[in-house]
Amino acid sequence: MNKEKILKKKVDMWPWAYLAPALLILGFFLVYPIINTIYLSLLDAKSEIFVGLSNYIFAFTRKPMLIAFRNNLLWLVFFTLFTVSLGLIFAVIFDRVRYESVVKSIIFLPMAISFVGAGVIWKFVYSYRPAGVAQIGVLNAILSNFKNFEPVGWLVNKGTNNFALIFVGIWIWVGFCMVILSASYKGIPKELIEASRVDGANEMQVFWRIIIPMMKPTIAVVATTMIINVLKVFDIVYVMTNGQFDTEVIANRMYKEMFQFHNFGRASAIAVILLLVIIPMMIVNVRRFRRQERS
Amino acid sequence: MNKKRLNFFPRFLLHFVIIVVSVVWITPSLGLFISSFRTRDMVISSGWWAVFGRVFDFSQFTLDNYTQVITASGMGRAFINSLMITIPSTIITVVVAAFAAYAFARMEFPGRQILFVLVVGLLVVPIQMTLIPILRIYNTLGLAGTFHGIWLAHAGYGLPLGIFLLRNFFSALPRDIFESAFLDGASYHTAFFRLALPLSVPVLASLVIFQFLWVWNDLLVALIYLGGTEQVAPVTLRLSSLVNSMGQNWHLLTAAAFVSMILPLIVFFSLQRYFVRGILAGSVKG
Repeated sequence: MNKEKILKKKVDMWPWAYLAPALLILGFFLVYPIINTIYLSLLDAKSEIFVGLSNYIFAFTRKPMLIAFRNNLLWLVFFTLFTVSLGLIFAVIFDRVRYESVVKSIIFLPMAISFVGAGVIWKFVYSYRPAGVAQIGVLNAILSNFKNFEPVGWLVNKGTNNFALIFVGIWIWVGFCMVILSASYKGIPKELIEASRVDGANEMQVFWRIIIPMMKPTIAVVATTMIINVLKVFDIVYVMTNGQFDTEVIANRMYKEMFQFHNFGRASAIAVILLLVIIPMMIVNVRRFRRQERS
Repeated sequence: MNKKRLNFFPRFLLHFVIIVVSVVWITPSLGLFISSFRTRDMVISSGWWAVFGRVFDFSQFTLDNYTQVITASGMGRAFINSLMITIPSTIITVVVAAFAAYAFARMEFPGRQILFVLVVGLLVVPIQMTLIPILRIYNTLGLAGTFHGIWLAHAGYGLPLGIFLLRNFFSALPRDIFESAFLDGASYHTAFFRLALPLSVPVLASLVIFQFLWVWNDLLVALIYLGGTEQVAPVTLRLSSLVNSMGQNWHLLTAAAFVSMILPLIVFFSLQRYFVRGILAGSVKG
């Protein structure tokens, strides 16, 4: 023990040598830009004149922004709800069949595909052609078997397009949730589940009274991760609709302000808003980490 | 036990539900894959499922779409660019993260706790917060549109997760082996290179796969720092501009998309175990 202490004294500067590259990169690519972006959000389009909060007023009052906020809320609710609950259901029901690993791979597969690739895959699924011509999109082709069929422009129709996009996100991310939840589910002592069955609990009761409470901490982790993901959603929307037909989201709007309109003040303000909505999740993460360290 | 308890009907229902779910999940990708081998006329005139009507008629399939997207549409070039971007980005991230993680896990220095909490906080910072300041610096330094610039940017965005993952692994390694190494006169460096790193090969593999897939599949970072020039654009960027320019040319778009996905799919199928392990270790556990 003594020797270890002496060694530690001698190598006092070494920790910093080990840390230096990481701290430099993190400082340059994350810490400095965060501070700078907050400052830029208070300046005008060309970052020359101080304009106070007017970029934020823009963000909270203009119609395209309000639509983006509404859509992010839709994403937040439906994406999080379905990824987590489907992930949980898949984890539990797949556990009961012998070909579990095969179906898990199938559900997990989209995680390997880029959002751009997924965008192309689903644009094809959603593609539509006028009535009377052969439908080459799977979805419309299935519907064309029904009576009174009218082809649906899934990505154009304002009633369906946001949900069509959200489903692509769900298709990609359910596998991620399933993998984590499945590991947690398999960690529940089987005797516990057996015992409650012997005591006369039916499958539903076992699910709601034993499985869900036991998995609560993991469900919370997965839900937090999904919320952080969904608030930043960009690629899917950028590739599939680019925010047209009322499908705009915050991150895509930020990109447009930056690259199309060259309004760096507004773009920065939108980025700051994105950070502000994510901060609660950050606090949750840090707290959870601290608790974990103590135990 | 529980399998025996379920009688025939729920059991049948269970299989039915699972198979329906699997079919729903696999069909979109299957459609893409099949369409990429069909001729233009075929793709326009009938749905891709029509091939099931005459599976053994190989004359209906063609490789022309691939030849065309790889050469004329620039997907071949983009594939090379993606490799040029992804491999160095991954190496830089993992190496830098390993050193820092070791310092956080096994060395004593003032501010260790608070610095690490900062790293955990940085895990969730939206990339959007960093784009404008860095792009400006890149424009001044002439790093915009270069591979060097994007390597470092990806390292910056990948480091928090990398450090987090490896630090947790390093600190979970048994104390005794380090103490006995120190008693035998090993320095911190020897302990790092001879003990910590060899013991962490599985978690290093997870991190490599993670970072590789993340960088390969990234669109936003490439879009901002590389711009649209074909000399440097990776597959994601090229594919997304093809989506705009090709419109309804599905025979080409599907082939281009498959070119962009082939490598991640190979990595995924051959190394799924490590990928899953990385995901499990990366989620802040409850």
